[in-house]
Amino acid sequence: MKQSQLSTKATCNSHGQDSSYFLGWEEYEKNPYDEIRNPEGIIQMGLAENQLSFDIIEEWLKENPDVALFKRDNVSVFRELALFQDYHGMPAFKESLAEFMSLIRGNKVRFDPNKLVLTAGATSANETLMFCLADPREAFLLPTPYYPGFDRDLKWRTGVEIIPIHCSSSNGFQITETAVEDAYKRAQKRNVKVKGVLITNPSNPLGTTVSRSELHMLLRFVAAKGIHLISDEIYSGTVFDSPAFVSISEAITEIENYNKILDQVHIVYSLSKDLGLPGFRIGAIYSCNETVVAAATKMSSFGLVSSQTQHLLAAMLSDEKFTKKYISENHKRLKERYDMLVSGLGDAGIQCLDSNAALFCWVDMRHLLSSKTKEGEIKLWKKILYEVGLNVSPGSSCHCTEPGWFRVCFANMSQETLELAMYRLKAFVDSSKQSKVCCKSVRESMKSLSKWVFRLSPSHCDESNR
Amino acid sequence: MIQDRFWLRDPEREKELKKSGGGGGGTAMRIIVPLQGVVQGRGGLVLGSVIPCALFYFMQLYLKRNRSPPPSPSPSSNNESSNQLSELPSISRSQSRTHLASPRNSSGPVQISSRASSIAKSGDSPYYLGLKKVASDPYDASNNPNGVIQLGLAENKLSLDQVRGWIVKHVEVSLLDANLSISGIATYQPFDGLMNLKIAMGGFMSQVMQTSVSFSPSQIVLTAGATPAIEILTFCLADPGHAFLVPSPYYPGFDRDIKWRTGVELVPVPCRSTDNFSLSIPALDRAFNQAKKRGLKVRGVLVSNPSNPVGNLLNRETLCSLLDFVREKNIHLISDEIFAGSTHGSDEFVSIAEVLDSEDFDKSRVHIIYGLSKDLSLPGFRVGAIYSYNENVVAAATRLARFSSISAPTQHLLISMLSDTEFIRGLIRETRGRLRKMYSLFVDGLKQLGIKCAESNGGFYCWADMSKFIRSYSEKGELELWDKLLNVAKINVTPGSACHCIEPGWFRFCFTTLTESDIPVVMERIRKVSESG
Repeated sequence: MKQSQLSTKATCNSHGQDSSYFLGWEEYEKNPYDEIRNPEGIIQMGLAENQLSFDIIEEWLKENPDVALFKRDNVSVFRELALFQDYHGMPAFKESLAEFMSLIRGNKVRFDPNKLVLTAGATSANETLMFCLADPREAFLLPTPYYPGFDRDLKWRTGVEIIPIHCSSSNGFQITETAVEDAYKRAQKRNVKVKGVLITNPSNPLGTTVSRSELHMLLRFVAAKGIHLISDEIYSGTVFDSPAFVSISEAITEIENYNKILDQVHIVYSLSKDLGLPGFRIGAIYSCNETVVAAATKMSSFGLVSSQTQHLLAAMLSDEKFTKKYISENHKRLKERYDMLVSGLGDAGIQCLDSNAALFCWVDMRHLLSSKTKEGEIKLWKKILYEVGLNVSPGSSCHCTEPGWFRVCFANMSQETLELAMYRLKAFVDSSKQSKVCCKSVRESMKSLSKWVFRLSPSHCDESNR
Repeated sequence: MIQDRFWLRDPEREKELKKSGGGGGGTAMRIIVPLQGVVQGRGGLVLGSVIPCALFYFMQLYLKRNRSPPPSPSPSSNNESSNQLSELPSISRSQSRTHLASPRNSSGPVQISSRASSIAKSGDSPYYLGLKKVASDPYDASNNPNGVIQLGLAENKLSLDQVRGWIVKHVEVSLLDANLSISGIATYQPFDGLMNLKIAMGGFMSQVMQTSVSFSPSQIVLTAGATPAIEILTFCLADPGHAFLVPSPYYPGFDRDIKWRTGVELVPVPCRSTDNFSLSIPALDRAFNQAKKRGLKVRGVLVSNPSNPVGNLLNRETLCSLLDFVREKNIHLISDEIFAGSTHGSDEFVSIAEVLDSEDFDKSRVHIIYGLSKDLSLPGFRVGAIYSYNENVVAAATRLARFSSISAPTQHLLISMLSDTEFIRGLIRETRGRLRKMYSLFVDGLKQLGIKCAESNGGFYCWADMSKFIRSYSEKGELELWDKLLNVAKINVTPGSACHCIEPGWFRFCFTTLTESDIPVVMERIRKVSESG
């Protein structure tokens, strides 16, 4: 019997699933670290998830049991929720989300709920924006290094291309006007039409906030070229240190005649990072462009947010006491973890990019490369994955042009696990400084290290009672 | 197709063509060589006239294939709430041509995509006005007895109280029980749904379809509603420019869900009132061949069972013939069974899964769409599913599910609910009973007004023949009547043209948003309008 054909999308592999970013995940799944059951397993440091502040959310849920019972002001709203599938979204939720977004930006900007489009996660929001702004074979410029998921989310079904804006460590990977112009010219040479620029602010994988001057430069660039600017601000609530976060919504007001480019600027948001709720699938597009909002709203039918979830979050986010407490406590804990990671890396003689946000560090391991090439980086990455037992994300998967940089996450594990990871890394670095040691003894020394960490770590007792 | 290689440098297509066999190169040469001959004066008169004609024909095909997708045409309202969708460019059957190049956005200097602009243009459809009217003046028996009655939404309000009763009893346990802290639900979950929900869903489907066939969880991909399920499946089975055959009249939402972003076409296969709008295999065959002649590659057949808007059930015999048909043509079969649990007639529902189980058919071309919006009255929770017998489709759909994942707390709630087989059994029985009652009351009411309905066994609606009340037996006449029903009788119903019905005068009336006492009110309003002529 003949096999009926599938679409090219179903059969081709161009959506990025095979990149090292995802392979590392697969290896982790096969051999995941567990404090008791698998202490030699791979520690997941490639997942940008915020697990530090669940207790605050649990506390709120305990204090507000009615919400989970589909009640509002003691009246059951189950009927309305069960039937609610309006792609305009629940007004109460959009209002509280707009308020929350303002709060994160220090209330320096106000958001109009009617300009918000809700989607099932930022993954869906980014793809939807691409569908709305670009046709197949048109392109968006993205500064490198960028989130590996974009190769899939922005390109796969939309047919849109990504053209990298090369950034380098010489200036802390900042986006320069020359680099942007260069990327634009490269597109023109290939006869590819550029529809816009997409940045993440705070940046993934750098963990830095984009500076005001970079934002101004980008705004002027898109104004001049008549193209779009998408600012993916899903980490905006995780800025734990100075410099303060500057949203594109704030920066744009500082540009002369900014009313003319309001139609060209769009923001993507989500509660997956700031509130640590990726499983809830809550994303949003914010745009002053009415046509984009109208089209995106209809497209959101392909990924609406569950009414149950909208109801829950509407109540949570409109509780100002909760949101203020969450944001400040979350910042504190993120900073603590960041400091821990940086000092642990420092002990191993490893530096990272000075960063002030997000759930990861951009780590410089160039000095550990056997050869300053992509192959050298992958070789080192594999060693770290299989021998050290840490899943980190190699810079090449983020399209970084300089080999040797790695993204290391710090907010998705317990404190002891992070300490263990640092010890493993230090042991690896120390051993590779000496003459070749066989893998077995390295792992044996790590075995005894892990038990030692548990017995002597001062915070161990507190952690276990949490 | 040959012409693609000439006129359109599409690397994806070329890759596909290369994959499908190396015959392409040879065929190309067979055209180039005679062309050269013509140019050089050889080849004779025949080639000299045939080839330019052929080129002209192919040029037309290219232009047609590469025009931007048509504006979203559907006045779908059967399962969306009042402000939804239904952007219809005056429900014209011919699609307006849009530019070849990416269209300029007339409202400002910055260009958006052609997909977005096509939607923006289709704003002032008559049908959108209908939904707006209901939203602005909704009927309420006590508070607004002269408001517009909504009969255009396939929403089941009849059984909500039962589902709510379950929630009240159980939900504390489901969301946050002793074993499941917030970290259990808040973190990243598999994008294609939790395994426990897949297991529960499989069990639920068996129960609802009243079949002993079991649905394997490993073949299920969960999505945020049936809307993304059908789109994702389309992305997996067809490339832009390919087509599905769909018996008409069909659910207006398909025009958006299947065509919009995928670029896949729908070829309606008209069904006739003379045989109660039943699916006819010869008609499918004719449509397939006609499409082929037009150079349109058909990749599959999409059927809804129970059907929408008619409410027909496909019997075992027809299902077998369908399977034979798709095997013969080497195409896919998609069975949208979202109303499987909402049957009310005497005929029994038979899922395609049951036929596959009992007979020896090539399963790898069969895919089922399901969801909880109808049978469980939970459209707000966004729960849909693709069930496929093709592991490559399951793999691809699993990856695509990341754009349409179900919210974790909702998944956990439903695992509990769907696993409560006692409750489900009772709910299905109760729902069917209520549907049966409302259906017969409503159809009787229409009968007394001299309005006949097609025979239907499932769904939330009846398919009524109002052709004797329309002034001219045409789409125009039908829309005039629709307008009168909306603005004079103040009831919002779905006109047949929105469902691509080729016989004017048929209307879909949804009755599941009504209570029994509303029915005489509706009938009275229709009577007034039908009498005034």
